[in-house]
Amino acid sequence: MEYYLTTPLTKEKLADLKAGDYVYISGTIYSARDAAHKRMHEALADGKGLPIDITDVTIYYMGPTPSRDSRPLGSAGPTTSSRMDKYTPELFDLGLSAVIGKGRRADAITQSIVKNHCVYFAAVGGAGALLSQCITGTETVAYDDLGTEAIRKLTVENFPAIVIIDSEGSNLYEDVYAKIPEDLR
Amino acid sequence: MEELRIIHTDLIKETIKKLFCDANYVLTDDMQEAIRQAETRETEVLGKKILGDLLTNMDIAKEQLIPICQDTGMAILFMEIGQDVHITGDNLADAVNEGVREAYIEGYLRKSVVSDPLLRVNTNDNTPAILHTSIVPGNQITIKAAPKGFGSENMSRLFMLKPADGIEGVKKAILSTVLEAGPNACPPFVIGVGIGGDFEKAAIMSKHALTREVGSHSLLPHIAELEEELLEAINRSGIGPAGLGGKTTALAVNIETFATHIAGLPVAVNMCCHVCRHRTAVI
Repeated sequence: MEYYLTTPLTKEKLADLKAGDYVYISGTIYSARDAAHKRMHEALADGKGLPIDITDVTIYYMGPTPSRDSRPLGSAGPTTSSRMDKYTPELFDLGLSAVIGKGRRADAITQSIVKNHCVYFAAVGGAGALLSQCITGTETVAYDDLGTEAIRKLTVENFPAIVIIDSEGSNLYEDVYAKIPEDLR
Repeated sequence: MEELRIIHTDLIKETIKKLFCDANYVLTDDMQEAIRQAETRETEVLGKKILGDLLTNMDIAKEQLIPICQDTGMAILFMEIGQDVHITGDNLADAVNEGVREAYIEGYLRKSVVSDPLLRVNTNDNTPAILHTSIVPGNQITIKAAPKGFGSENMSRLFMLKPADGIEGVKKAILSTVLEAGPNACPPFVIGVGIGGDFEKAAIMSKHALTREVGSHSLLPHIAELEEELLEAINRSGIGPAGLGGKTTALAVNIETFATHIAGLPVAVNMCCHVCRHRTAVI
């Protein structure tokens, strides 16, 4: 199925999505990757708040290249999600509703997704020039000193993504793995 | 011996700057053609769509000068320096790093390098580069620039097999690495393999193997056969483009070999995504 979704991606909007569905997201999402996640984790551990309200927010695991001319960003494809596995469950518990990245995730992430009714999307890895065309605005909102790893508020229009883990825990990558012929394992 | 040639580091620096910019904006013809052919062959609907997206992505990158991938990599260089070359000007390593610095700053490439692996502060100019040099006959310098992204680098593996593991052990090591890499390393892959040598020789060969033209094969018949057999097996896995299913999991398996010790069988597998970037210049 194909869906056109507008942010915020509330749990109600995410409930109907199934692993393998193709979606086009419009509205506001936030980019954050390794270093920003570490800082958010440390802020929570120190009893401080997060730099953004993450209720029903979508985080895109991405660190862009610098913009040329007047573009908001340069190349802007997804980075590998599993490096954020350590930090993701506590953010889902605090209201984060969706994440966009690429690659397989730990079982703890699927469990947290089901518990919190969230969704894990993938964007096409290595298609950063194509994906940057869907990003129409950007504003650094936290951790500016981290450069490409700062938290950015992104305005997106019909940003393409695929449901990998849906709110019931079905997993597109694992379906593909289950079909690998026995003699290759 | 050939006539001594003097090469100034300014020429080396400018060459390196251009190579890294070009590599990040336009894939070599063999890579473009391999993805085009894979798109034609792919039968899975989603897999075919992903490959079509990758072709569109390459067109946009070329037309708008946006890097093909936001991970513009760590700067890896192979320099073959003719023994009849005399290098003048700066310290060679400084000139190399200056070329990388200018490419990544003036070319709008991402600065992805931290100065210390534990303290992790970005150097903000993508230096230092990783430079592999070798001394060869002649009076020229061949420079291969290969920016390497870490989505695939992180899924690379080194195995110190036993001689008794033999060719079956080698196949198993390569296959298990590829299957574990799966969607994390952005298939369709180019897989660089180094067999033999020692611990670091195997790894360096596996990285260098990624710079070989896709579609070419080892000159050693038994290795060429192994490359073809592994490519067929990997594409039978069904992992497919972006790990979403399909018959295109890899575009090439490139293997380099070297003599090794009677007690050992090192195998290094350097995974590379479909943005397998490398550019060569001879000065």
